[in-house]
Amino acid sequence: MSSTIREADVGSSKVTPLPARAAANTAVPPDHRIARNPGMKLDLGFMESVRSVNRSALERRVASLTKRRSIKADNQAAWLLRAVACMDLTTLNSNDTEERVRRLCAKAINPFRRDIVEGLGISGETIRPAAVCVYHPFVTTAVDAVRGTGIHVAAVSTAFPHGLAPLSTRLQEIEASVRDGADEIDVVIPRGLVFGAKWRELYNEIVSMRAACGDAHLKVILGTGDLATLRNVMLASMVAMMAGADFIKTSTGKESVNATLPVGLAMVRAIRAYFEETGYLIGFKPAGGISTAKASLDWLVLMKEELGRPWLEPDLFRFGASSLLTDIERQLEHHLTGHYSANHRHAMA
Amino acid sequence: MNILDRYDAMEYGPAPEARNEADAWLAARDFGRALFIGGDWKAASGGKTFETSEPSSGKLLANVSDANAVDIDAAVAAATKALPKWSAASGYQRAKVLYAIGRAMQRHQRLFAVLETIDNGKPIRESRDIDVPLAIRHFIHHAGWAQALDRDFAGHKGVGVVGQIIPWNFPLLMLAWKIAPALAAGCTVVLKPAEFTPLTAILFAEICERAGVPKGVVNIVQGGPEAGVAIVNHPGTQKIAFTGSSEVGKIIRKATAGSGKKLSLELGGKSAFIVFEDADLDSAVEGLVDGIWFNQGQVCCAGSRLLVQEGIADALIAKVKTRMSRLRVGSPLDKNTDIGPLVDLTQLDRVKGLVAEGARQGAVCWQPDAALPSSGYYHLPTLATGVSPANILAQEEVFGPVLATMTFRNTEEAIELANNTRYGLAASVWSENVNLALHVAPQLKAGVVWVNGTNMFDAACGFGGYRESGFGREGGREGMFEYLTAKLPLGPVIKPATTSAQPVEQPDGDTIDRTAKLFIGGKQVRPDGNYSLAIATAKGKLAGEVGLGSRKDIRDAVSAARGAKAWPEATAYNRSQVLYYLAENLSGRAGEFAARLTELTGATPKAAREEVEQSLERLFLYAGLADKFEGRVHQPPARAVTLALHEPVGVVGIVAPDSSPLLGLISLVAPALAMGNTVVAVPSERYPLLATDLYQVIEYSDIPSGAINIVTGRSAELAGVLAKHDDVDGLWVFADAETCAKAEAESIGNLKRVWSGNGRSLDWASDEAAGDAFLRRAVEVKNVWVPYGD
Repeated sequence: MSSTIREADVGSSKVTPLPARAAANTAVPPDHRIARNPGMKLDLGFMESVRSVNRSALERRVASLTKRRSIKADNQAAWLLRAVACMDLTTLNSNDTEERVRRLCAKAINPFRRDIVEGLGISGETIRPAAVCVYHPFVTTAVDAVRGTGIHVAAVSTAFPHGLAPLSTRLQEIEASVRDGADEIDVVIPRGLVFGAKWRELYNEIVSMRAACGDAHLKVILGTGDLATLRNVMLASMVAMMAGADFIKTSTGKESVNATLPVGLAMVRAIRAYFEETGYLIGFKPAGGISTAKASLDWLVLMKEELGRPWLEPDLFRFGASSLLTDIERQLEHHLTGHYSANHRHAMA
Repeated sequence: MNILDRYDAMEYGPAPEARNEADAWLAARDFGRALFIGGDWKAASGGKTFETSEPSSGKLLANVSDANAVDIDAAVAAATKALPKWSAASGYQRAKVLYAIGRAMQRHQRLFAVLETIDNGKPIRESRDIDVPLAIRHFIHHAGWAQALDRDFAGHKGVGVVGQIIPWNFPLLMLAWKIAPALAAGCTVVLKPAEFTPLTAILFAEICERAGVPKGVVNIVQGGPEAGVAIVNHPGTQKIAFTGSSEVGKIIRKATAGSGKKLSLELGGKSAFIVFEDADLDSAVEGLVDGIWFNQGQVCCAGSRLLVQEGIADALIAKVKTRMSRLRVGSPLDKNTDIGPLVDLTQLDRVKGLVAEGARQGAVCWQPDAALPSSGYYHLPTLATGVSPANILAQEEVFGPVLATMTFRNTEEAIELANNTRYGLAASVWSENVNLALHVAPQLKAGVVWVNGTNMFDAACGFGGYRESGFGREGGREGMFEYLTAKLPLGPVIKPATTSAQPVEQPDGDTIDRTAKLFIGGKQVRPDGNYSLAIATAKGKLAGEVGLGSRKDIRDAVSAARGAKAWPEATAYNRSQVLYYLAENLSGRAGEFAARLTELTGATPKAAREEVEQSLERLFLYAGLADKFEGRVHQPPARAVTLALHEPVGVVGIVAPDSSPLLGLISLVAPALAMGNTVVAVPSERYPLLATDLYQVIEYSDIPSGAINIVTGRSAELAGVLAKHDDVDGLWVFADAETCAKAEAESIGNLKRVWSGNGRSLDWASDEAAGDAFLRRAVEVKNVWVPYGD
């Protein structure tokens, strides 16, 4: 674990710890407290100090990072369970229906076959996705379906995936989802504000979104596949955090380029810079295209190496994923039996 | 620990690489017959063996045949026997063999990696992902050079039998760097791996057997210093290629002096890692991990001196410490290990000693709080701050995971600190500002400069040092030249000068007395010793007296040459025009120079006019080539360009021959000047008046002061002074054999690049005594890596 980034540091004078949120997963250490990011004034000078992002160097770092760490046997099983615990199990399709969302919730509540739970000896814990993530019309369905389980309901919002509706419409959408019971709101930024370097406008929009969220946690999707440069990713990340984001998130899953490790590295370094400046721990959510157990391990390694152990908890790390869960189940079955599994042997979402 | 415990802990746990294949390989070999000579496996003729052990445990791995001089004799004989056929083979045939080696290595990639890690102690991640793939790449890349030889290196042929001695830090990779270009060039080799790490070379020899390498083309002899000395001194080797310490490199330079052997040395370093305030600091920190904590810091080009701009120093150091505490020190066969053991107890003791001494001298040494394995030669990564330039940690190559840190105030100081070393192997420059990075890179005295990166290597790009980091390049087009030779038109054997022949007869006539002084720093100055040397005409009469230059005059001339910044910094076009102008002015006095030639040498007027005319032509040639002998852009398999820049060697001493005293002098001085070197020339001892007559021509020609300095006097003596002057970067000597050999032997103070005629002059009138062969010696190739992408 990092010598500088650890929970204890949150007790510094800059931070007022808030009560822990009811976590979906009981494995969270009882003393784990994430003080909610209050945001800060837009500080262009601070942004200037972090704008140096060297793409080639970041690419080299992630290329060697995934080769420097290898997780085997029981540790691998444990890490894959961790990936599940840090998952926002997601359905975001234009043909979603209430039934489809109920099925997703049922899978989230009961993610593993009984023999796998018993074989791994994990029946003493409830390991399941941290949240389900749906479009606004399905929030009530999801809230009903997961009631009492501790699973959060996340709604994508603000004219997802493009974010190009009038601001008032977008804010109303947040308020509606919160009213319906969503306790996590995944908003998108209008990417044009980044290209125009309209940082003040972007900041103001996110501040209003945060206000509209109330107690619901705010995840800000940058749409990194659209942002062209890692420097834009870094700067947009900083603006989102300064405006009060609880999480920053890579992608909607609808851009042509999904979450990539270099983008993730730029964002987690932004999180580190923000932590070093303010003392607040911001969460990170890569989303889009993460569909294999192996890829999920790469992301967990990235978090552990760059930010440390606290960022392996659902308070601070989430995967936005749908098919990833099944691949992890197959790997876990293989871990237990030595047989390679098939998708159809595991209940679909 | 059950799965839920692991789920809470989220530790990596062990991830050991399987070693059973490597152990089986070890068990199945008779290492007492480990000398691969002429395609056979032989025991050492003296019956001796040496031990190789595993650095992570100290456990014995094998007792390996220890070659002596007799074995080396046999290996050189085998290589000599194989040479005619191999060098006569078509490029295509040689390419097929190199390709087969590369492919065969690829098929046994993991065995190579595991063996390397067991024998050397480097983390498996590095041997698997870096050493072995790069070694393979080297062979496949050089297959192409074998076939392109006739096209790209017209007039060149393989140098012959090559003796190669490699170190223990990258055993297989250094073998590849040595053998691949040699085979491509049509050479046969006798290679000696390091005693600490003999194993992968043995596996490589087995690959050679299977890949169809003709017997005797590759000979691999295991052994220690005795074998090394025998290779270096063997009269049957035409070239020595050595990678290792500067100390041994100097011994080899001295030992081969006067032998006529081609020599390339890749030696130590104390490479600067410069971080400017606009750098991507997090990436710079990763650069340090790849720089100084790669291979436990046992890397000749390790970025061991961190120079950081004052304003960001605290922030960067904090980041470095955080990162250091995440480095995993442990078993090299564990895939999660970042830092393995040092290669041997002697190395560990040495590194510990240097760190302790550095601390005594005022450095603050910090190490992360990490446990070391109970056995093995481990050393924690170490950060030394508050290191003054005089501290031993800033001066000496530690060859361990130790980073010395200094701060700088501005760009100029960064460059000054970076160059404040006897070494000159590599440097890293970190800045997001391309203007700054490309402003700094050419000013660093280093053979390789990485912009926003570090320890990038490729077969297509040259690697090698400036200064006491050695000479010669490995990789790329520039590396091929180290194994090739082009025939220069030989001139007469040069006899030692006789100092007794003082002319007695006074000349006739009634002219005003002329005093030929020395030409130093753009001025005609009296020799420091205030003695003169009488110069005779062809008929034995007194032609005039020239200053008798001494060591102090050479000192002054070198100092003037070093200070003449305007010339190396001038544009090539500017230098070109000045050289044309020099020719123009000389042409205006052609008759006078021809008469002087006739007077001094007895040449016929026609021959004398011819020599002046050829001198003019040569000046014109190099004036024209000044802006045409350009570097290249290499294409490594990465999103990067590698600029192979041609930079001047620096201060070049030139000892010119008596034959063709004007043309010889100009043939040597002009290419040196054209490439931006500053010159200290010692003209023909017998006919120096041709040079002193040039003073006025030079003065009229807009050549900046100090760019060319001329010291007349005793060639042998002055050559020796130049050889021993540690601020002279290059030395070209066309003098008698003894003077040449002495110059080579005495050059070891700073390992200046010596080019000698080995006692022969050249046929200066020949067109072959001009061109690229001269220009190549007038430049250092600096490879500047510029990764890009936004």
